[in-house]
Amino acid sequence: MNMAGGTVVIKSNIKLVTGRLIEQGVLLEDKMSEAYRDVVAVCEMNGKDMNEYNVKSNVRVKSEFGEVVVKAKRNDENPPSMVFIPMGPWANAVIGPNTGGCGMPQFKGIDVEVKATKDKVLIVEDLMKTYMGGVD
Amino acid sequence: MNPDSTIVTDVVCPLCGSLCDDITVRIENGKIVEVRDACDMGESKILGHDRIKSPMIREKGELKEVSYEKAVKKSAEILAKSKRPLLYGWSSTTCEAHEKGIKLAAEVGGIVDNTATVCHGPSVIAIQTVGLPSCTLGQIKNRADLIVYWGSNQSQAHPRHMSRYSSFIRGFFREEGRKAKYVVVIDVRDTTTTNVADEFIKVEPGHDYKLLSALRAVLADKADVLPDDVGGVPKDAIMNLAERMKKAEFGVIFFGMGLTQSRSRYNNVVNAIALTRELNQFTKFVIMPMRGHYNVTGFGQVLTWETGYPYAVDLSRGYAWYNPGETTSTDVLNRGECDSALIIASDPGAHFPGKSLKHLSKIPVIQVDPYHNPTTEFADVVIPSAVAGIEAEGCAYRMDNVPIMVRKLIDSEYKSDEEIIDDVLNKVMEIRGGK
Ligand code: SF4
Repeated sequence: MNMAGGTVVIKSNIKLVTGRLIEQGVLLEDKMSEAYRDVVAVCEMNGKDMNEYNVKSNVRVKSEFGEVVVKAKRNDENPPSMVFIPMGPWANAVIGPNTGGCGMPQFKGIDVEVKATKDKVLIVEDLMKTYMGGVD
Repeated sequence: MNPDSTIVTDVVCPLCGSLCDDITVRIENGKIVEVRDACDMGESKILGHDRIKSPMIREKGELKEVSYEKAVKKSAEILAKSKRPLLYGWSSTTCEAHEKGIKLAAEVGGIVDNTATVCHGPSVIAIQTVGLPSCTLGQIKNRADLIVYWGSNQSQAHPRHMSRYSSFIRGFFREEGRKAKYVVVIDVRDTTTTNVADEFIKVEPGHDYKLLSALRAVLADKADVLPDDVGGVPKDAIMNLAERMKKAEFGVIFFGMGLTQSRSRYNNVVNAIALTRELNQFTKFVIMPMRGHYNVTGFGQVLTWETGYPYAVDLSRGYAWYNPGETTSTDVLNRGECDSALIIASDPGAHFPGKSLKHLSKIPVIQVDPYHNPTTEFADVVIPSAVAGIEAEGCAYRMDNVPIMVRKLIDSEYKSDEEIIDDVLNKVMEIRGGK
């Protein structure tokens, strides 16, 4: 986790978009479940990108604002160089907090790096712990 | 069928801003056992599942069960001694609870804000800037022959919207239903909504503003200034769409977070509204934000009639102060400003950026919610509540600002949000009065 915020320069042409999914909506009131993690801790990528980055299972997605490990999922309807993570706790680790003076953080169109990893996806409880007790 | 079974018809689904009011529910022995006609999201919410069992207070890092009275007292103490509490959430509860919440915020001099802040807040700013040529969903159902979904993945976010109000429904002047309508989706990626559209226009992320401006240029007879490609969309496609919009009998743009959350934020919406306004020189055209939570719209209504402003209102000065970017929740948290938070009927733990959560983890947090969720991990006091719209009744506003009463279907052992906030308010007044 980049605690300082805003100091990591991301050199990449990949844009992250976050948004809703019906499965995420179904589990909206059941966020501590494994099913929710299976649906939301996911990064949809085009097959081309998966090949290029040699992605098999999990990926580490890193932005200027933080990083997170999620499971890669092939979705060729997603254009190359764009990855999609459903809105939720995992996406929030990498989205931008700056609101440009209007209250709205940057949930869409964030520059990210994507790398294959063998690291595990954190459960919600552990993910939330990464925010606790750190320095701003 | 079980003789104890009761069928309730015309139930209102308390989940998304479509607020479908045609659901049928079967109740047996005080429990909902079957839900008909709702989408998967609605059904899952109405059926319910594991609840937070008891009020809790965090001691030495662990949440411990306590009595309701103790949890209310602790909450009141936290709020009464805070200098700048944040009272956030509200979008999944009734307008009656909103009214109490705003009173509580006024009493403790807090900032009161709802989930619009990370959803359609930019739309609200845009609407205040330039107005909103809109209408009700009933008019769209009966009249629209051109439907544009812009940055809004209907089929995932509002699953029944297309079949109840927009694309598929037969209307008074649209007896042929889907066949009588032309459906366009404008988005950065192919989604399940694009699959049911007649035309999909793929725009590069962050280029919506340009595309809107290009359409406006064509309407103003300035097509000659357009380059061959605007934000990844060929000029031909832009010309065709503009022509189609002009020729429609009744057109509508439904927009979602593809506009509000991408680069330019509220300016995208200002531009979309300007386009709609200009289209009315040629035909009838309306525009509508696809509001997410079932009563996010209602909170805007109540807060506006109570304070004059629709969200992000700071009551610490003794009068209402509204300045998005300053008084919006994520900004207040990112600046590390508030010294306690009451979170109700929402889950910032799952929907705020990491930086905001870091501050939330440092201050006392009171959570009022039926369910354990990521916010519970930060909570110091937890008060379980009845599920509004299933176990408690009240008013909610559909995305087109039509008020609909949500119903109480079954009894609950928990108090409603309205009662809980009222109890906390009374306790705060008792503490402060005693000073
Ligand atoms: S579309 Fe929305 S309101 Fe209608 S049933 Fe589904 S979740 Fe409920």
